[in-house]
Amino acid sequence: MNLFGIIEEIEKADPEFQDRISPRRAAIKNITSFGSKVAVAAMPFAFSTLFKKAYGQAATPSVTDVLNYALKLEYLESAFYNAGAASSLGFSASEKGYITLIQGHENAHVKFLQSVLMSAAVAQSTQGNNGVYDFTAGGTFPTVLTNLDTFFAVAQAFEDTGVRAYKGQAGFLLGNNGALTPALNIHSVEARHASAIRQIRRARGASTTKPWIVGANDTGIGAVDGNYAGEDNIKQGGVTITSLAGVSGNVSIAAATASFDEPLTSAQVVALVAPFGVK
Amino acid sequence: METEKLFEKDDVNLARRSFLRYAGAGVATIGVLAAASCHKDKNPGPTTSTGVDIGAKGDLAILNYAYALEQLEAAFYINVAAHMYTGATADEIALLTDIRDHEVAHREFFKAALGTNAIKSLTPNFSAIDFSKRDSVLAAAKAFEDTGVSAYNGAGYLIQNADYLLIAGKIVSVEARHASYIRNLVSPGSFADATILDVNGLDKQQTIAQVLPIANTYLTTKVSASNYGYVAS
Repeated sequence: MNLFGIIEEIEKADPEFQDRISPRRAAIKNITSFGSKVAVAAMPFAFSTLFKKAYGQAATPSVTDVLNYALKLEYLESAFYNAGAASSLGFSASEKGYITLIQGHENAHVKFLQSVLMSAAVAQSTQGNNGVYDFTAGGTFPTVLTNLDTFFAVAQAFEDTGVRAYKGQAGFLLGNNGALTPALNIHSVEARHASAIRQIRRARGASTTKPWIVGANDTGIGAVDGNYAGEDNIKQGGVTITSLAGVSGNVSIAAATASFDEPLTSAQVVALVAPFGVK
Repeated sequence: METEKLFEKDDVNLARRSFLRYAGAGVATIGVLAAASCHKDKNPGPTTSTGVDIGAKGDLAILNYAYALEQLEAAFYINVAAHMYTGATADEIALLTDIRDHEVAHREFFKAALGTNAIKSLTPNFSAIDFSKRDSVLAAAKAFEDTGVSAYNGAGYLIQNADYLLIAGKIVSVEARHASYIRNLVSPGSFADATILDVNGLDKQQTIAQVLPIANTYLTTKVSASNYGYVAS
């Protein structure tokens, strides 16, 4: 096995490969000297470890990576609302108005991200089964397109998770006005949607559901626990919010958790939306 | 004075110089500013009896900008909850009180996080709002929330520290949740309508120089950002 020959080949395809692994050049040296001493059979394992380091979670995603990740989530959301709007779910006139507006935004977000990414945009046909999603998430939500309450519950989970997903990427776009500002401008629209869907659910009788996330999973649906993991955080930037003065007494736990939304990593989000067909 | 850190004094001097440069309309004015700023050295920016500056360019200035806006919002909702408008439903009372508590949490967070770098407490002026009338209160709330969202979105790229950016992100989505709710109270279904979004379905960010003049219409203590192109008149 000619390790350096392989790395040269990779560099032809990925000019930034050395940069990706640059903090770990010592690791390469270690692997080669290590490789000369151990059986050749052990090499593929050592090599795959190196690749995991170069391309795995530790690597900072490029702007293109971040935008394609966003695009995949927007593909899911737009397809979901398109399916809801085309279904025979009996929306009230008011609910239909909300859904139509949100549907328009999600489709516009897709077009916008595609226009920014141009030829680098992931194709929707790569998602789900040739572009077709399973909104039941493998049977977890069997009535998603036949029962309004299930539809809105899934919609809420999508929107709240979308907010968390965008938030989790902001740091990778630090200081980049061209990419960060549009991402923030989508992020806050997803939050407006999340709030609106929560308002619909509250009006439909989910009386403990508020426009904001109180504690961790406040939906009453155990299947989406993971979508709300960590939302019950009460510490921000080293400050314990519940130790701060509120209007009467300290800030309550409910207010402390609701007043700050929490991020999710791309790995967390991908695991959550994979059952719907996001890849 | 003796408790100040050196860099704070540098910030003060730097900001004061720029401020005076912008403000240099007349000798009398400069005299008043200089006299007033002598005993307010704890703030990062120059302080007069009626104004404050968010200070030298950098993350502290952006955090103080956010602190100023959160002070304004908290003061507004404290008033709303203390004198709830005529005809408020139980649901409106409950959720507007929630929003008050969120804004107070934001305000107190920035105050604690900024410590001695924090600008002073601002004095609001809500004389333009009739707190007894639903329309008046909700119109102001809508303006505060939409402006807050656009302000955070517009300032995000100026933040240099990823941890601060994340915290701004954690707050702005909550402001957007508020905006969505308030807008639907004003007009059902207007939570993200075409009056605030662009054709791509994106919120529209605003610069510091666009936001502060709006905020200042509700403040007795005028907030300036002399290093970001805006000095209150």
